[in-house]
Amino acid sequence: MKIKTILPAILLVLLPHAILAETPEERGLAIATESDRRDTGFGDYTSDVKMILRNKQGQESVREIRSRTLEVEDDGDKSMTIFDKPRDVQGTALLSFTHKEGPDDQWLYLPALKRVKRIASNNKSGPFMGSEFAYEDIASQEIEKYTYQYLRDETLDGLEVFVFERYPVDKKSGYTRQIIWMDKEHYKERKIEFYDRKDSPLKTLVFTDYHQYLDQYWRAHDMYMENHQTGKNTRLLQSNYNFRSGLTDRDFDKNSLKRAR
Amino acid sequence: MRRLPVIAVLLALACPAQAGEWRGHVLGEWLGFVEDPAYSSQYNSYFSVTAEPEYFHEFSEGDDLFTFKPYLLLDQHDSNRTHADIRELSWIHAADDWELMAGIGKVYWGVMEAAHLVDVINQTDLVVNIDGEDKLGQPMIDLTLIRDWGIVDLFVLPGFRERTFPSKQGRPRFAIPVDDDVLYASGAEELHTDLALRWSHTLGAFDIGIAHFSGTSREPRFVIRPAAINPATLSISKVTPLYETIDQTSIDLQAIYGSWLLKMEALTRSGQGDRINSAAAGFEYTFVGVRESALDVDVIMEFLYDDRGDRIDVTRALTGAPFTLSPFQKDLVLGARLTLNDAASSELLASVIIDLDGNGESYNLEASRRFGDSWKLSLEARGISNAPDGTTQSSFSDDTRLRMELARYF
Repeated sequence: MKIKTILPAILLVLLPHAILAETPEERGLAIATESDRRDTGFGDYTSDVKMILRNKQGQESVREIRSRTLEVEDDGDKSMTIFDKPRDVQGTALLSFTHKEGPDDQWLYLPALKRVKRIASNNKSGPFMGSEFAYEDIASQEIEKYTYQYLRDETLDGLEVFVFERYPVDKKSGYTRQIIWMDKEHYKERKIEFYDRKDSPLKTLVFTDYHQYLDQYWRAHDMYMENHQTGKNTRLLQSNYNFRSGLTDRDFDKNSLKRAR
Repeated sequence: MRRLPVIAVLLALACPAQAGEWRGHVLGEWLGFVEDPAYSSQYNSYFSVTAEPEYFHEFSEGDDLFTFKPYLLLDQHDSNRTHADIRELSWIHAADDWELMAGIGKVYWGVMEAAHLVDVINQTDLVVNIDGEDKLGQPMIDLTLIRDWGIVDLFVLPGFRERTFPSKQGRPRFAIPVDDDVLYASGAEELHTDLALRWSHTLGAFDIGIAHFSGTSREPRFVIRPAAINPATLSISKVTPLYETIDQTSIDLQAIYGSWLLKMEALTRSGQGDRINSAAAGFEYTFVGVRESALDVDVIMEFLYDDRGDRIDVTRALTGAPFTLSPFQKDLVLGARLTLNDAASSELLASVIIDLDGNGESYNLEASRRFGDSWKLSLEARGISNAPDGTTQSSFSDDTRLRMELARYF
């Protein structure tokens, strides 16, 4: 009897020390793991995406895509992206199988030729549709794709946040590191600073207009990416989120890619 | 078969107006030649317009899909190039582990960039562009079975489409115009029902397809009919396409390893005289983000082999023996594709096809970019050098040309 009451007390005394003993690397990983855990179990979702690209002179061009995502247990997510605008690429579709380890699988459907083309996924540092978002910025963010280091706690726009760094594991990444500001309440990204291969500040991404779905999953409807080196920016707006819409593996195969319109 | 598009249009009009969607493009094209034409019936400049709208409607949450895609091309000089077609008029039903497509449609097989060997379902609409990438709509029933061990496609292809060839006024064209009348080896002629079977699968880094086709060859041989020979001058007024019944087995394979894409296509075909073996193999290597920019450069190298020669035995041809016009025998393709990844999606592709037996080289330059949200400008330059007389390519020696195309998408 006594032992049973003493044990929790001992643990209570030891626990703060256990946290203190945690290295910045462990703490960073723990935050990323908790963020991932809270976003687990969504099943699938679809959404409409609008990107507004703006160059240094202020000229705008618009991209519209539809996106579907399927959660895959024990591996990265599957996703299908169908392009609506600009019109000359309308009907083009990209199928991606993200993997926790190793290169992702990607197929591109070219509607004019009716051709499904397997493409290399090593272009992750390249711009997505000419925007300031790289492929790796919009891909499924798997824990295993980075190593982590906790930096500090901070207040950002009145929110209590963790600030930590992550370092891409893949040598093909366009970044040496990213600094993440993540709120303590929901474990969602609020701001990311990207550093290029020479470790110079490259881009800043700000997440706003968060909405909660299925009483659990938070999604930012507004992601604003600014490139400090070129003066260009892209605003990515998400809408019409539909969680657990009943998608299956069959909606993410090469035949469904050919049926995409 | 010529009646088919008319029936298709009537069918499409009969469909009740649904809440579907129209999209597509119209384009204006100018084709200009550097040299004066080799044949007096040809011109130095050709204007044309093309319309390719597409209507589609999804039913039952996307499990059923109706598509209608008519096509119209009007050419200033070439009456054969002026033509209408139904590229697609199809219904697709998708179930859990199978799909059925019925109607007129297009199917693409293959992995190579320069030659399209195994792509046999649709007939080539050669008058649109000599690169062989434009296809005529093919009537078909395609049953797709989706299994863990791959995808099986069973095709029934009722009805055959003849390959389109330029008229006497068309340019570029073969030295001797192609007859509008054609010959068939099968008594069923263009009503012969063709069959095809394909298995395709993704195995890790490999995408593989194995197929068999049994039916009317999309690629004709040619014969010179006695009436086409002028006995006095021994000149030939036209060559007649001969469509024979073939059996063709093919494989296409692609493997991906980091920045390397390794590809190959091969086929073996019986039914056109001696058995034909043809293969293409090569690679693409991508340099991503050259010098810390957004520019991607793909280097392309392909080797093409065909055991039919690219020379025509004129003496034999004059006796009425069928002959082949095959451009590839032992050829090497070298190319580079520049993708700027900018807001205008600017691209440039430069390539050269070198005949390794010394029968000339052909050059190809393609560039395109978008203007605004819905205009696209494409430029294409093509030419041939050092092609000796008597080879398939030599017909096009004086056809160095520039194509300018402005498309409006809606």
